Amino acid sequence: MATTLGELERSVMEFLWASDEAMTAYDLRDRLAAAEVDRSPAITTVLTVLSRLENKGFVQRQRTSRPHLYRAQASREDHMAELMHEVLGSATNRSAVLERFVGQVSEREAALLRELLESRSHR
Amino acid sequence: MLTASLALAALALVLAWPAPILLARAAWPSRAPATALLLWQAIALAGGLSMIGSLLTFGLIPFGGTLISGLGGFARALSHGITTTPLVVVSIASLSLAGVLAAHLLLNLALTLVVTERQRLRHRRLVELLSSPSATQPNTRVLDSAAPLAYCLPGNLGSITVLSRGLVSLLDDAELAAVVEHEKAHLIQRHYVVLLAFDAWRTSLPWFPIATRAQHEVGLLVEMLADDTARRSTDSRTLALAIALVAGGTPGRDGDPSGGTTLPGTPALAPAGVVRSATGIAYPADTRSHDRDRLRLTRLVDPPEPLTLAARAGVIAVAVALVAVPTVLLIAPSLA
Repeated sequence: MATTLGELERSVMEFLWASDEAMTAYDLRDRLAAAEVDRSPAITTVLTVLSRLENKGFVQRQRTSRPHLYRAQASREDHMAELMHEVLGSATNRSAVLERFVGQVSEREAALLRELLESRSHR
Repeated sequence: MLTASLALAALALVLAWPAPILLARAAWPSRAPATALLLWQAIALAGGLSMIGSLLTFGLIPFGGTLISGLGGFARALSHGITTTPLVVVSIASLSLAGVLAAHLLLNLALTLVVTERQRLRHRRLVELLSSPSATQPNTRVLDSAAPLAYCLPGNLGSITVLSRGLVSLLDDAELAAVVEHEKAHLIQRHYVVLLAFDAWRTSLPWFPIATRAQHEVGLLVEMLADDTARRSTDSRTLALAIALVAGGTPGRDGDPSGGTTLPGTPALAPAGVVRSATGIAYPADTRSHDRDRLRLTRLVDPPEPLTLAARAGVIAVAVALVAVPTVLLIAPSLA
């Protein structure tokens, strides 16, 4: 079985993001099987994946109905925006959380850098 | 003890103001970033040590001639009741201040550690959800974003390098390799540990502009170090070109989401010490440190002559002395 838990998590999230309605673990298992992400994912595997996603704060579980219904906590775009904000935004301790390649290079400085490179290649 | 206390106070003053300013203005750090980084750490550590040590030794004067006998005397005085002469009141105030300062700095470091670790974990989970593993590079993930991005994410579960789809399509193989080498250098040399310590220092002392300046300088030195490491496996030009491309392709940078990548729900926050220019590009409030940002770029294209071995050894000796002197002053038997 080549499918890792991480891949399954991503596939489950893709289905939840694409769906307007909350889904049950059985719905998700059927979708996973249909999409051939995993030939025949066991329902326990799907439940494990869902509870992991719930712990990470990506999935909301509705316990009022049986079987439990699951929906995405936020849209894919919202999550992407959150991630981008941490990467591009100026969260005060960003430099400690992650290190960006460009560091402190601004648009204006990039232009300067290109100028420097040009002047050297003409020499 | 009075001599030791005064000497420590003098050292604390020098390390709090003239020393970091001089280092931030000096030209040589770009020729020896690793050595300069060591000196910055020595200044921060010795600064804290001498500031707390000065208050501690001053407060212990009525209780004994040395740090050890003073602490013993203070403990005895506490258990037997203290006669409140004005000198003792001043001493207790000094000791309390030393205790509060030490606790403040250490607790803030611990808090920064916890908060950063939590943010890294959350970020990692987001990355794992929104990216796929790179087909060619180990421990590298490709984020489904058009903006050209590359960064590294340290973590207990193993560090990862994150590239974006936009970056992979923008750069050729050699440039991409240069970027990955640069990121790996950050991770292998554990730059995030130094950055975290300086971040904690800055947040501990929000009223102290030097700490912000120090963090900026340290951030720059770390970039230079990673540049130098990347240059060992690729040529300068490729790396410089990659940086120019990445920076040029990210119109909205440093908290400026108004450029090409509009981010919904992104508040326009500027960290302390950063002013927003009319163009919307954030620059450090100090133009001199802006010049130093340029230095990183010019040295990419024209790598400077490394500092001589003797000069580097000299700086290392100074760094060691900076930490050793307050330690000796603290534990040395009666200097008074």
